[in-house]
Amino acid sequence: MSTIIKPTLAPRDWSSNAGYIDKGYKSTGLRGPTKPLIPIRGASLSAPVYGHDQLNATDNDLTVNGRKTHDPIGERIIVTGRVLDENGRPIPNTLIEIWQANSAGRYIHVLEQHDAPLDPNFFGGGRTVTDAEGRYRFLTIKPGAYPWGNHFNAWRPNHIHFSLFGSQFGQRLVTQMYFPGDPLLLIDPIYLAVPEKSRERMIAKFSIETTQEGYALGYIFDIVLRGVNEAIWDNH
Amino acid sequence: MTSKAAKTKKTSPQSKLLQTPSQTVGPYFAYGLSPEQYGYNWNSLIDAKVASEATPGKHIQIQGRVFDGKGVAVTDAMIEIRQADSAGQLILKPGSNVGFKGFGRCGTGTMSGGVWLFNTIKPGKLSAEEAPRIDVIVTMRGLLQHAFTRIYFADEVDANKLDPVLKSVPAARRKTLLATEVRPGVYLFDIHMQGKDETVFFDL
Repeated sequence: MSTIIKPTLAPRDWSSNAGYIDKGYKSTGLRGPTKPLIPIRGASLSAPVYGHDQLNATDNDLTVNGRKTHDPIGERIIVTGRVLDENGRPIPNTLIEIWQANSAGRYIHVLEQHDAPLDPNFFGGGRTVTDAEGRYRFLTIKPGAYPWGNHFNAWRPNHIHFSLFGSQFGQRLVTQMYFPGDPLLLIDPIYLAVPEKSRERMIAKFSIETTQEGYALGYIFDIVLRGVNEAIWDNH
Repeated sequence: MTSKAAKTKKTSPQSKLLQTPSQTVGPYFAYGLSPEQYGYNWNSLIDAKVASEATPGKHIQIQGRVFDGKGVAVTDAMIEIRQADSAGQLILKPGSNVGFKGFGRCGTGTMSGGVWLFNTIKPGKLSAEEAPRIDVIVTMRGLLQHAFTRIYFADEVDANKLDPVLKSVPAARRKTLLATEVRPGVYLFDIHMQGKDETVFFDL
């Protein structure tokens, strides 16, 4: 029998999150699990480390990575921030993947039917790896709002999808970043599915310090994943 | 109440940060997360080939579908798997074991019937009491938070009996976590989001 130190994760903060079934967001009705989750405690499972040697130089610059003949149309923005755990510790070397609509509110996905133009110079996918202090930075075009079929006259607020891994398997997070002052937020079932006290954590902050003179507006979006603690285990 | 008022009232002894809430992956993740699988002109960082031909171990295919509450196959789900190699080692970086990545991703929108499919190896045990297993993340439009489940193997009868997590699952629901070998080297694992066969999802 020996003693080892294993990282353990703070629980998911269920009180800050949407339930699996949400009355306003209709697709949840047949897709969200209905039985209680079964808890697994103390399982330590590291997250995979991805991206370092496979990332292309322009993967975090969406104004360039889909460019064919001209610059993409729309308002250039910088989206930057830190990935931290609940204890305020930065999470370095972790992959962040993003995807979004173009400035007209059109996704490049083949099944997207919204009657707004595709931008031949904009792809909409990006990714990067956080630095030693958990920082990341994207340059992109501000996404437009787009209509969806949830209910009559339903429009999604401007948003960028984020996918993160963290350092532990259980820290996986898929979320969306919204923009301050968007009037569509308060009528969006997906945003509203999250309890009111935690909704603002999904809204980026406009930052004049991050804004680049004459070039692009700056937004800061810090992302907080579940806390990693160290626990001593008897390994027998 | 404004958020500013709430902030000044807070007297929590620790200055803990608060978790960023989850949101759905939505219907259009394919070009960002699995571009090659869906035919977009961008390299995928993560794909469904978890092990290469050269990786030691029993090579298997594991596949299945994701069913909604009406029994309809979901064609815009994304499945991710994390597993040990055949010696029970977790790989931190792709390539630490020959051709083995330890992590894979597959969307259900490119194969007929909404199938997802991984080429991998059968994992070894992570510890003496744990049965061989694959950890799974399920996400899709209509799921506001991803769901965790596990794939165990129906042919690991003895190991499954000892596994502490399987033992914590009510006996009647354990079969939802078992993949069965339907042809030599091909395992089937369907995921039911709801209904009488609702898959066991975990809070980990």
